[in-house]
Amino acid sequence: MKNLLDFYVGQMRIAAVTQLQYRAANYFYMIGMVAEPIVYLVVWSTIAEAQGGVVGGYTAGGFAAYYIVWTLVRNMNIVFTPYGWEWRIREGQLSGMLLRPIHPLHGDIAYFAGWKVAVIILWLPIAAVLALVFRPEINPTVQEVVVFFIAIWGAYLIRTMLLWLLGMITFWTTRVGALFELYFAAELLLSGRLVPMSVMPPWVQALSAWMPFRWAFQYPIEALVGDLPTEQLWLGLGMQALWIVLAGGAALIAWRWAVKQYSAVGG
Amino acid sequence: MTVIQVEQLSKSYFVPEREAGLGAALKSLVRRKNREVKAVDAISFEIGPGEVVGFLGPNGAGKTTTLKMLSGLLYPTGGAARVLGHTPEKRERGFLTQVTLVMGNRSQLQWDIPALDSYDLQRAIYGLDPAGYRRTRDELIELMQVGDLVRKPVRNLSLGERMKVEFIGALLHNPKVIFLDEPTLGLDVTMQRRLREFVAGYNARTGATVLLTSHYMADVEALCKRVIVIHHGTLLYDGDLAGLSARFASYKTISASFDQTPPALDGYGEVVATDGLRVTLRVPKAETSRATARLLTDLAVVDLTVEDPPIDDVIEKVFSSPVVK
Repeated sequence: MKNLLDFYVGQMRIAAVTQLQYRAANYFYMIGMVAEPIVYLVVWSTIAEAQGGVVGGYTAGGFAAYYIVWTLVRNMNIVFTPYGWEWRIREGQLSGMLLRPIHPLHGDIAYFAGWKVAVIILWLPIAAVLALVFRPEINPTVQEVVVFFIAIWGAYLIRTMLLWLLGMITFWTTRVGALFELYFAAELLLSGRLVPMSVMPPWVQALSAWMPFRWAFQYPIEALVGDLPTEQLWLGLGMQALWIVLAGGAALIAWRWAVKQYSAVGG
Repeated sequence: MTVIQVEQLSKSYFVPEREAGLGAALKSLVRRKNREVKAVDAISFEIGPGEVVGFLGPNGAGKTTTLKMLSGLLYPTGGAARVLGHTPEKRERGFLTQVTLVMGNRSQLQWDIPALDSYDLQRAIYGLDPAGYRRTRDELIELMQVGDLVRKPVRNLSLGERMKVEFIGALLHNPKVIFLDEPTLGLDVTMQRRLREFVAGYNARTGATVLLTSHYMADVEALCKRVIVIHHGTLLYDGDLAGLSARFASYKTISASFDQTPPALDGYGEVVATDGLRVTLRVPKAETSRATARLLTDLAVVDLTVEDPPIDDVIEKVFSSPVVK
């Protein structure tokens, strides 16, 4: 356990150093990423104002808060993609990971977690500028702030496990882009990334409660800006834990089968 | 006692296959044709502790596939391998902490950061005690003569420099078994020699077992007393490097020096080189004694040597021979 902790600290440090080394590129990347929520924010703020100030329980200021926090959660949702597995397998990059006496899943979790540390540091000025421009309505309690900080890491872990699981398909066939796109479309609609789920029809909201996507995206945002009752705040963390265990367990089982298919062709 | 034990080890791949053209592509949608390719076909051998063994074969012979099975990267489709008492494909921690694989065309160090940072991470991965790790690291840095190179981002190093720091990273955990897959690939002659010396020194100092593949026979001649030759996935030869010539070379080379220009020597063998008063002949192996005796009897020979052909020629002959299964 001490060794594993040692590894996590070391790998996260390396990832943070590497990403801060490329801070300009990262900044441009993050600024580019801000375009998407700004479009959503402007559209929904306009609709809210046209409909008397509120849509799906959100005012214009509420939407501003939602989409500014959205930018951080979106960054926390960036993990090793299934497309990356194609590259790892085709180029033989996985060989180096398999030779190490540590599960490759730990390597990915630790590396991207280190990246997130750099992302949070780089995000703060962007959030400040967005707050100055769009004037969000946000009054979180200490409890909400604490739950939010746990929830963004929970979101990161859910998405890591889910995309790892999805990536395992690549061991059997390397052309699975269409399947991945289908997954990402479902995620976009059911996670709260496109719009807060309260704006969606009731049946979509009910469906999203039983899917993992919402817990990896909307829930952390709501934890900070949504004034959730205490029990819902903690229930959300429980749902995150459940999905981490389910998706992580499935990913580990799939890995055992998948790695037998590895042909290490590229190296 | 054996360190590496391989019994009837096999690895097959199913490769999709079709003719060129749209028609064949459409046909393959309905009826997909796969061909089984036997990359390694029931090979067996054993390697003892401290041995440095050359694993030879032409491209596609199955060398790298075997090395990957022995290092736990690939699951065999048949037979079994044991390395230090472990089944490689299970990739148990006890196994992975005792072996290493260095691939000449692959970097396992992180590209954007100095090698020193990657080494620190290796320490955490292998759970090495900090003081022992620092001692080993500094010792390897000195042996490899890399100095401050380990403080530069890996992407800024030349290929040779990168291979040196790569070697250090691969040996930090003091592996008992070292798999080297074309470690000198693309390096200049000086760098090749330095890496060879390093491997030889490391083997002498630590007693680690080394299995090496290389297309450079200089690597093999400098490091390996024993070679295993594999061709089309099957084992052709396992024994002394010297014995390889005895087994596969069909001729020997006689070099004779004279005190005056000799007459035409075509009757003694095939003249392959003439350098002043020194002539080199190639004679069928069975004819060597008779040709040597005739030369000494008939002519005023000052000096005469009989040698096996260069190992490169022998290997080339082995690789070009058809496989009999």
